[in-house]
Amino acid sequence: MLQAVQTMFGYVPREAVAQISKRLRIAPARIFGVVTFYAQFSLHPKGRHTILCCQGTACHVRGGGTLFDKIKNDLNVAEGHTTEDGRFTVERVYCVGCCSLAPAVIIDNTAFGKLTPGKIPDILSRYD
Amino acid sequence: MIKKITTPDDLIRIKKQTRTFEKVPEKGVHVAVGMNTCGMASGAKETMAAFRESLAYYDLDAKVFRTGCAGMCFYEPLVDVFLPGQPRITYKGLSCDGVSRVVEDHILGGQVVENWVLAQTVVGDKRLPGIPTYDEIPYCRGQHKIVLARCGHIDPEDIYQYIAMDGYAASAKALEMDPEQVIDTIRRSGLRGRGGAGFPTGLKWQFVREAKGHPKYIICNADEGDPGAFMDRSILEGDPHAVLEGMLIAAYAVGATRGYIYVRAEYPLAVERLRKAIQQACDLGLLGPNIFGSDFSFDIRLKLGAGAFVCGEETALIASIEGKRGMPHPRPPFPAQNGLWGKPTNINNVETYANVAPIISNGAEWYAAIGTPDSRGTKVFCVTGKIKHSGLIEVPMGTSLRKIVYDIGGGITAGRAFKAVQTGGPSGGVLPEALLDLGVGYKELAEAGSIMGSGGMVVMDENTCMADVARYFLSFTRSESCGKCTPCREGLTRLYEILDRICKGNGHADDLDRLESLATTIKDTALCGLGLSAPNPVLTVLKYFREEIEAHIFEQRCPAGVCPDLVWYRINADRCSGCGQCRRACPVEAIVGRPKVPHEIDRMKCVKCGTCLEVCPPRFHAVECVSGQVADEPQAVSSER
Repeated sequence: MLQAVQTMFGYVPREAVAQISKRLRIAPARIFGVVTFYAQFSLHPKGRHTILCCQGTACHVRGGGTLFDKIKNDLNVAEGHTTEDGRFTVERVYCVGCCSLAPAVIIDNTAFGKLTPGKIPDILSRYD
Repeated sequence: MIKKITTPDDLIRIKKQTRTFEKVPEKGVHVAVGMNTCGMASGAKETMAAFRESLAYYDLDAKVFRTGCAGMCFYEPLVDVFLPGQPRITYKGLSCDGVSRVVEDHILGGQVVENWVLAQTVVGDKRLPGIPTYDEIPYCRGQHKIVLARCGHIDPEDIYQYIAMDGYAASAKALEMDPEQVIDTIRRSGLRGRGGAGFPTGLKWQFVREAKGHPKYIICNADEGDPGAFMDRSILEGDPHAVLEGMLIAAYAVGATRGYIYVRAEYPLAVERLRKAIQQACDLGLLGPNIFGSDFSFDIRLKLGAGAFVCGEETALIASIEGKRGMPHPRPPFPAQNGLWGKPTNINNVETYANVAPIISNGAEWYAAIGTPDSRGTKVFCVTGKIKHSGLIEVPMGTSLRKIVYDIGGGITAGRAFKAVQTGGPSGGVLPEALLDLGVGYKELAEAGSIMGSGGMVVMDENTCMADVARYFLSFTRSESCGKCTPCREGLTRLYEILDRICKGNGHADDLDRLESLATTIKDTALCGLGLSAPNPVLTVLKYFREEIEAHIFEQRCPAGVCPDLVWYRINADRCSGCGQCRRACPVEAIVGRPKVPHEIDRMKCVKCGTCLEVCPPRFHAVECVSGQVADEPQAVSSER
């Protein structure tokens, strides 16, 4: 149910937790416990596009860290946060299963592989 | 209304009526594009669209199919072209601009386009000269495909194509046997769990069968969280019905009526294909009530993970399916007795289930003859990292690491030296070159201090710092620790902190002993598989790469030139031509110099991002990464990365 809420709103609003708690007769603390446990749920609204930077092992040894820094630097945003204009949310994930194309990032379900910091501005410019 | 399959004869009838795309009708043309996540990331969608457009333009009687991953991710997008009476031709790295050439020269002109051709699959005795067959490509030689046999040969979203390649025949056969016979067959085949722990599958099934309680459940663990492992994703995307069929047979054997597949939400394509596969199987009556006209009923539901590594642990996964926080609990009780909703539950990994149908079809003896006495059958490995041919391979157990890295994987990229291979994901160990002749198997890897794990294999070259690698794995496991038991929650964080200060050049002399005792304690006392195995990377790094850690602590030197606090960059004045590329690329304007005069790096400004090293043209090799104390004669690490 929380997954449906997350997909619909892009995050889990506090009001939704209150509703679920009331209807299912589960204490809000239990629900928040589940929400904060899993990486997929967020209690804050997300940007229009979500950038998942893979920091899996293969991406790590192939320069995923530098790539991540470049994206955060270019967008002037910290990990897990959204840019001021609401365009991007930047998140760290451990492995998206594209290890053979490392380093990889995923923007809104589209995967980009074999990236270098130089390719970042062009890719980001495709999203607004 | 689709006619349901009620007898094994119905299967044979469908098999006869269906053509896979590999059988081309006369005058027809078939094109198959690899459409897994890896293919799409390389532009397979665009390639497929270009084929459709181009074939429509020439008004050809052609069909374009999607297929799964053949394992050669480094060659994506992969395209197969089938012409009647001709060998199947596989093209590699085919982007949009190559499509029109293939259509015009090959499909219309009958001339294979050599720029992109990878291999041919000979049909009958017709063989084209100058093009290797699959067996002649080093990457494919030495592989033995059981689990991946159908990946790349069928459309994963079409159940009929699966049936056409003998799909669901094993379940028909199994349902005519006694459940005990099915379990006995699996037990004799020597199949062991492919998720990591390697528990004998037949034995597990027997426990669940003998357990009291009703109903019983089947769970497929598709929460593939190990960074560096993606075989489960590839199987689910390339051949989802193989997993459903394995679960069906398991359910019949243990007496379960409901199955769950717990799959990562990070794999949207796998989720979509599974959903379609379950729907198709239900439509045909292969899932649901009275399968094959028997009194055996079984259905499967999908559960999506929500991003927690620990949920790959079976008790945590069960808690997660029940809607709770995915925290493990101590065993016993094992899930076989007290699992989902407190009922007997059989839980296996994706790859384990995918092995079931072939074993039933071909017999236990056939399977047991492959591999080593201790580890039977084949294993799928994801070979990634600093290796030329990264991708998915399936080899018999007992194949040496050297063969995997050098013969199949093609060796290290850019001709550098091999340093280590990390097996088993973040819970596995790092193995040095001296152990390259080790055969892969549960026992062999455990003796070397690593684990089989799910089969991730990350290859590292001389430019990889082992202290940094150990720290990286700890940063992962400590953030994924669920926090229930103290050794894991506190211990891993302390390990990380020690490694972090070592990487920054602030290590203490007694840090090595401290790491060792702490890691051993965690290994002895943690609650679940995550904590028990998380110290493995640290312990193996200490065992095999101790000198490198010591260099960090005692000499403030990073021999691989990775740790930013221990390296600095300089420009070799003899080699620098003053082209200015590094000066323009430097993000902090730390490089000064006039055109055609050797440049210099201002070390006070330099943030050690390494961009200058990257952009310096290879013919100059002027930028050097140096590690060591400034006062001493520094040791050059590399002039390329």
